[in-house]
This record gives sequence, C-alpha cells and structure tokens, in this order.
Amino acid sequence: MTMSTAQDTQGLLWEVFVQSKPGQPHKHSGSVHAHDKEMALQNARDLYCRRSEGTNIWVVPASEIVASSPEDIGSFFEPSNDKVYRHPTFYHVPEGITHM
Amino acid sequence: MDQIKLEENFQAKLDRNEMIEPKDWMPENYRKHLIRQISQHAHSEIIGMLPEGNWITRAPSMRRKIVLLAKVQDEAGHGLYLYSAAESMGISRDELLDQLHTGKAKYSSIFNYPTLTWSDIGAVGWLVDGAAIMNQVMLQRTSYGPYARAMVRICKEESFHQRQGFEIMQVLAKGTPEQKAMAQDSLNRWWWPSLMMFGPADDNSPNSANALKWKIKRESNDQLRQRFVNQTVPQVEYLGLTVPDKDLKWNEEKKGYDFGEVNWEEFYNVIKGNGPCNKERLSAKVQSHKDGAWVREAANAYAAKKNKVAAA
Amino acid sequence: MTNQEALVNYCLRLADNNLILGHRLSELSGKGPFLEEDIATTNIALDLIGQASSLLQYAAEVEGKGRTEDDLAFLRGEREFYNTLLAEQENKDFAVTIARQFLTDAFDYFFYDELKKSADARLAALAEKSHKEITYHLRHTSKWMERLGEGTEESHRRIQDAVDNLWRFTGELFEMNEVDEILLKEKIAVDLNVVKIQWDKLVAEVFANSGISIPENVFMQRGSREGKHTEKLGYLLAEMQHLHRAFPGVQW
Repeated sequence: MTMSTAQDTQGLLWEVFVQSKPGQPHKHSGSVHAHDKEMALQNARDLYCRRSEGTNIWVVPASEIVASSPEDIGSFFEPSNDKVYRHPTFYHVPEGITHM
Repeated sequence: MDQIKLEENFQAKLDRNEMIEPKDWMPENYRKHLIRQISQHAHSEIIGMLPEGNWITRAPSMRRKIVLLAKVQDEAGHGLYLYSAAESMGISRDELLDQLHTGKAKYSSIFNYPTLTWSDIGAVGWLVDGAAIMNQVMLQRTSYGPYARAMVRICKEESFHQRQGFEIMQVLAKGTPEQKAMAQDSLNRWWWPSLMMFGPADDNSPNSANALKWKIKRESNDQLRQRFVNQTVPQVEYLGLTVPDKDLKWNEEKKGYDFGEVNWEEFYNVIKGNGPCNKERLSAKVQSHKDGAWVREAANAYAAKKNKVAAA
Repeated sequence: MTNQEALVNYCLRLADNNLILGHRLSELSGKGPFLEEDIATTNIALDLIGQASSLLQYAAEVEGKGRTEDDLAFLRGEREFYNTLLAEQENKDFAVTIARQFLTDAFDYFFYDELKKSADARLAALAEKSHKEITYHLRHTSKWMERLGEGTEESHRRIQDAVDNLWRFTGELFEMNEVDEILLKEKIAVDLNVVKIQWDKLVAEVFANSGISIPENVFMQRGSREGKHTEKLGYLLAEMQHLHRAFPGVQW
C-alpha cells in the first residue's frame, strides 16, 4: 500500500449503511468521502438515497471499522459448523404437534 | 505458504467462481490489473459527464433538461462507487485523481469526441451507454467483490440511461426532415467510436488473457462487440436510420451480422491524445479541481477546528 | 388586473425563481469542488427545476390560453420573466453559489411553510412537497456557510465577499405589489412581511454562527416584479432557449 503523494484532501472515507424500510436492518450500501460527520450524513443521503432507497442512514468512519481477517475463517467460523443442536431441525417433533 | 501454493489456491478459488475480497491474498499483478481497470472505469464515468453536460443548459424542453441532469449526476455517482472500489485495494482517491489530472491514467476514448448537436445526446445515451452496459452487465460477475458489487448498483441505475437516449433519437427520427437528418448525422459520427469502446480486436489485446484467466472479464472484446452490433442494428432499422457501414450484412450461418473493419488507426490516435477533445476534457477536470482546492481546504480546516473543540 | 391574471403572475414568479436558480446550479454539473458536492448541488438543481415544472404547468392551466410549460419556459422573453435578481446572478465561485443558495433557501423555507396554508389547494399541495425539499437544502447550505465562514482565511474572505455582493438583491425578495394585494385578499398569497421577520432572524443566526457580518447601509436593487432584470438574465435565456426557438413548433 503506497502513501498518497498528492498534497490535497478529499476528506475521510466513510462507510454508509442504509435502512430500506422501518423495522429492517441497516445494510452496507457503499462509501463516501466527507470532511465532517454532518457532511458524511448528507453525502450519504445525496448519493445512496436518490431513488427512495432509505428511511434511515448510519455513517461510520471506515478507519473505525474492525474486521476479521480471511485467516480467521478457521478459528472464527468453523467451530460453529458442528453445533447442530443450535438449529431447530436437530430436534424431533412428534407428528400431530403443531405451533412449535 | 509459498508463492506457488498461494497462487494455486487463488486460481482454484477463481475456478470455483468464488469472489476475491479486499483482505484476501492476491497476486500483485491481479491487484495492479484491477486498480488500473477500475480506476480507468471510474475516470471514464467522470470524464463522461462532460460531453453530455455540454447540453444540460441547452436541453430543449423541461423534461429533457431534468432527465439529462439526473443522468449526468448518475455518472458522477458511478464514478464515486468505482473510486471506492479502487480504494479498497489500497490506493487513495487523491492518488487516483492525481493520476487522471497528470494524464497518467487513461479513460474511455469515446469521451474525447465532441457533442456537436442535441441529437448527439440521444446517440450517446443510446449507443455509448448501450455499449457500456454490455460490458457492465458482464462485470457484475467479475471476480473482485467490491468491483462486482459496484457494478450491480451501477447496472440497476443505468437502466434508464439507454432508454432516455433512444427516446431522444426516436422523437428526432420521427420528427421533421431536419430533425431526422440531425439524428442520422449523430449516428454516423457515433457508430464507429461506439464499436471501438470494446477495445482492440482479441488477437491484438495484450491484457485480455490475464483478465479472462482471473475472471475479471468473462467475455472477449470481439464477442461483446459482435453482440452489440447484433442488438443495435434492429434498433437502427426501427428508427428508419442507416448504419454507416457498407459491409454490414446478416450472416445466417453465425446468426449475427458481419460488419466492416474498425478504423484502428483512429482508435490508437485518440488513445495517444489526438482525439478532437482530449485536451479540453482533461483541462476542464484539472480546472475544476484547482477551483475547488480552497473549498476542500476550508472543509478540512473547519473539521479540524471542530475536532479540537470536541477533544478539549 | 383580474384575480386570474394575478394568480398566473404569482405562479410565474415562483416558477421562474426555481427555474432560473436551478439552471444556474445545473451549469455546475461536473464542476464541483469534489464529487460528493457535485452530486449534492445537482440534487438541489433537480428539486428546483422539478418545482418549476409543476408551477409552470399550473400557470399554463390557470392562464387557459393553451400554452404549455415548455412554451412558458422557452418562449418568453427577458422582460416576461419574474424571477428575483438574486436567482439569476452568476456562479463565479463556490462561495457565491452557496451564499446565493442559502439566502434563497432561508426565504423559501419560511415562504413555502406559509404557502402550505394557501386557500389555493394546488399551491398548498405544491408547497407541502417543496417545503420538505427546501428543508434539506437549507440544512445543506447553512452548514456550508459555517464551514466557509469558519474554515480558512481565504474561505472566510470569499464567503464574506459573496454575501457583500449579493446583499443588494435581498431587499426585493420581500416586495409586494398589486398581485400580492389581490391574492392576499383571497388568502392565496403569503404575506411577505411575515416571512421577512423570520428570514432576518435566521440569517442573523447563521451568520453569527459562521463569523459572517451582515452588510450595512446597502442600497437595495429592485425590478424583477416588473420583469426588469440585471444584464445576466439575457445571456442565461439565450443559452437556455436557443435550441427550442431554432426549431419552432417541433416535438423534443
């Protein structure tokens, strides 16, 4: 990763999460550049909600997001693969029993 | 893991049609290839605003004015999505713009042609966006995740662009003889440059082999070009206009059109910087970037002051 | 002047403000200081031109002479436009764009809030929709007033210059004539004295927040209510109308 040589500022990179309808979870829409929080919010609105896409927006500085690494796949996610008892299909429900 | 093993794993992943994500291991050439391609694509969207923007203030009706303004704005948005995708590979927007402004980075040559009359706005929307969409539909399945996701959003938004261009052409082609002549003139000037948008012929395209192996591209330049001709010729006929190619002929055997040879000399000349508007396009971008420098500085200074107050 | 003539003129006044200012903003497409702001400016332009379109359609209907919104936009001459002098001023730099927009947004915010109560149901409905859009515009531009006023020395100087230069066009925003008198009686028009009090207060607040001083002892220019404009408008119309006028009577 190279450092920028340009002596200019395009602001920080922010990640945008948009809620499409009330009650729905926020989903990642993309990124914007902005110099401050209010600008990030407005830029997100102006870019990602031009076609009635949203009812609420979160913006987060990209540098504040902590992500797991591809190398973590084994230790993070595979251990849950054999915990089948966490899923309802693991259990036998006698015939005739409903609402369960 | 050694280099060979890493590369084998990488290729195996691609062959299983799995996506590559920013933090995944990738060969340096893959990264370079993608930064180049995504940034070229982003620059094309941004430079592409200029020929159409040239007619926003002269659009001949309220409806056309609003639609064109919204369309050109979409291109800005698409440039932005693509810059973000490139940034996920570790290059900053400052650097990307710097490459554009200093002439180091390329963009689609089509935008170095001028929009001389109103019907050029129709032709650009219909042919140039039509050709671009063909490429972009394919790129929705490109192997780099952020690029593919940007393309999905772009394709969704682009769906009205080609239609608005065709609508303009339709009105003109069915209008007065003067309007129809204007439409034919635009088709004559934009047809061949549109075919050039798919890039050099397959046997002369140095980057294509890697792009196909890495599943960045999934179809070759010539395949896409052929599909574009097949789809567009019936549209030209519907308009009652004539394709400016005397060699154009339906080939029953290949179920497609045979068409004349693209003028590759012109193609390479425009790439080299000798197109009618190369200088104008670049200097317009450099100028607005310069004009905006004090605004960006102010926004930065303001944010710094506010952060200081918040921290105190 | 009949009530009908008054209403047509009133609609044109509002429509022309939006059309001419929207046109000015549309000139900036692709020229923003950075991409995000380019997109934001165009959003405002689209809102304004959309509002103009609805208002011109209504003006054409009320007039009842078979003219369309396009006839009104593209076939009226320099002396038949009623937009404010402020709306037609050139972009020059980002500070002028923001100052012109902020001064207008602050007016429109209170104006359309009042117009929601209009006895004319169509205008009231248009106002309802417009007010939402303007609320956002005002939020956008008042924040930029602050950023520029409190940013760097250069940005402060530029925004103060812009305000100083544009201030002379703010007096006529509140001017009322026979049209207003007739329509105020019908409870259709907005009392601009009410808007003036709120506008003064908000502008003072935002300026204070931004370290911008209110210009003093400025001679106010006027004339737009009678279609008397600055020289800038003629050029704008020449560009906007030439293609439409070059092919009379055709479809686009």
